[in-house]
Amino acid sequence: MADEVILLDFWPSMFGMRTRIALEEKNVKFDYREQDLWNKSPILLEMNPVHSKIPVLIHNGKPVCESLIQVEYIDEVWPGINPLLPSDPYQRAQAKFWGDYIDKKVYASARLTWGAKGEEQEAGKKELIEILKTLESELGDKIYFGGETFGYVDIALIGFYSWFGAYEKFGNFSIEAECPKLIAWGKRCVERESVAKSLPDSEKIIKFVPELKKHFGIE
Amino acid sequence: MNQGEQVKVLGLWGSPFSKRVEMVLKLKGIPYEYIEEDVYGNKSPMLLKYNPIHKKVPVLVHNGRSIAESLVIVEYIEDTWKTSQTILPQDPYERAMARFWAKYVDEKVMVAIWKACWGPRSEREKETKEAYEGLKYLEKELGDKHFFGGETIGFVDIAADFIGYWLGIVQEASGVTIMTAEEFPNLQRWSKDFIDNNFVKEVLPPKHELAALFKAQFGSVTSD
Repeated sequence: MADEVILLDFWPSMFGMRTRIALEEKNVKFDYREQDLWNKSPILLEMNPVHSKIPVLIHNGKPVCESLIQVEYIDEVWPGINPLLPSDPYQRAQAKFWGDYIDKKVYASARLTWGAKGEEQEAGKKELIEILKTLESELGDKIYFGGETFGYVDIALIGFYSWFGAYEKFGNFSIEAECPKLIAWGKRCVERESVAKSLPDSEKIIKFVPELKKHFGIE
Repeated sequence: MNQGEQVKVLGLWGSPFSKRVEMVLKLKGIPYEYIEEDVYGNKSPMLLKYNPIHKKVPVLVHNGRSIAESLVIVEYIEDTWKTSQTILPQDPYERAMARFWAKYVDEKVMVAIWKACWGPRSEREKETKEAYEGLKYLEKELGDKHFFGGETIGFVDIAADFIGYWLGIVQEASGVTIMTAEEFPNLQRWSKDFIDNNFVKEVLPPKHELAALFKAQFGSVTSD
């Protein structure tokens, strides 16, 4: 059965990275299509009319939206290799809980580290560190969030790792100083081929931030 | 039933999130112990122990292990108790669609409705428009189907319980009308069928008590 898999994505998106990693973990060949978010293509608008956001996974012509939903979908469609979610219902629920936590918490405060100034920026930094410490505590001494195997929660968070350099530079603080175990985890993940292929260079992200600020009209 | 052990639900009587969990347990015929939590007043040691991260309800405790976040709990129940009444479809694509729409209800529609009714006055017009648009998408997604899940109640129906029951009461109490029968005939028809379901009916909080709760809440935010 010849599968046609297209991914509408944007290279610095920590959400798009999740789907790229999941597809790579499953050895699924896909057609990566870079999107211009400030000039949205007809296919993006057609395939995600509700949100007009990336990533959009198009499998045999049918779109799946929302990155963690895509990760789960990929796991269900290609179950034979590298399971991304645990098979035990309780462990699976814990994984989804943490995926939801990452989704709800990380982006908003992280964004303030480069997108805000003064008090607002300080508050963002403080909150981000607290959130990362909570995650670090959940990781504990495990190799990955799921234990021995790389999976859903690692995938949910690792895209943000590629942005840590930018948060630190523009926020003028050190994440490693506060969360050394999390940084060690990040380095372990990046050693995986699927992650190395899917994450952009930290330096590239740092160079991109001023451009992003311009798009958002931030000084 | 194999899994007939200790199931507890820590909940809040008026919360649509809390009720989602109870509805699914009822639909699947799973007995449970319900514990009302004073979330806004004094959080109990049990709540803090079982949901230390968010300190919110609902929490499901199954044989001493806790799960938080209502939709995560619903999926856990589905995975753990294999009954003939299923909440999610089998097909991966259909499952992804159900998860997409449930998330949409949770993160976009409910939030917009809340802000339209309770938010700062300066934002209410914008939020009302967003809520309206969100409901329109749901109206279209529901279409002619009996329920979002098809012939039987499914994941999206459960997620949209607020729209099925709470919204009418909130609209009356706040004076903000977003969903009308004329503009949303599918959702109107669906909500009647939804709340008429025996298992759903069993757990819904009494209308007059909810109305009193909302009137009290709205009464305190008319000044801005």
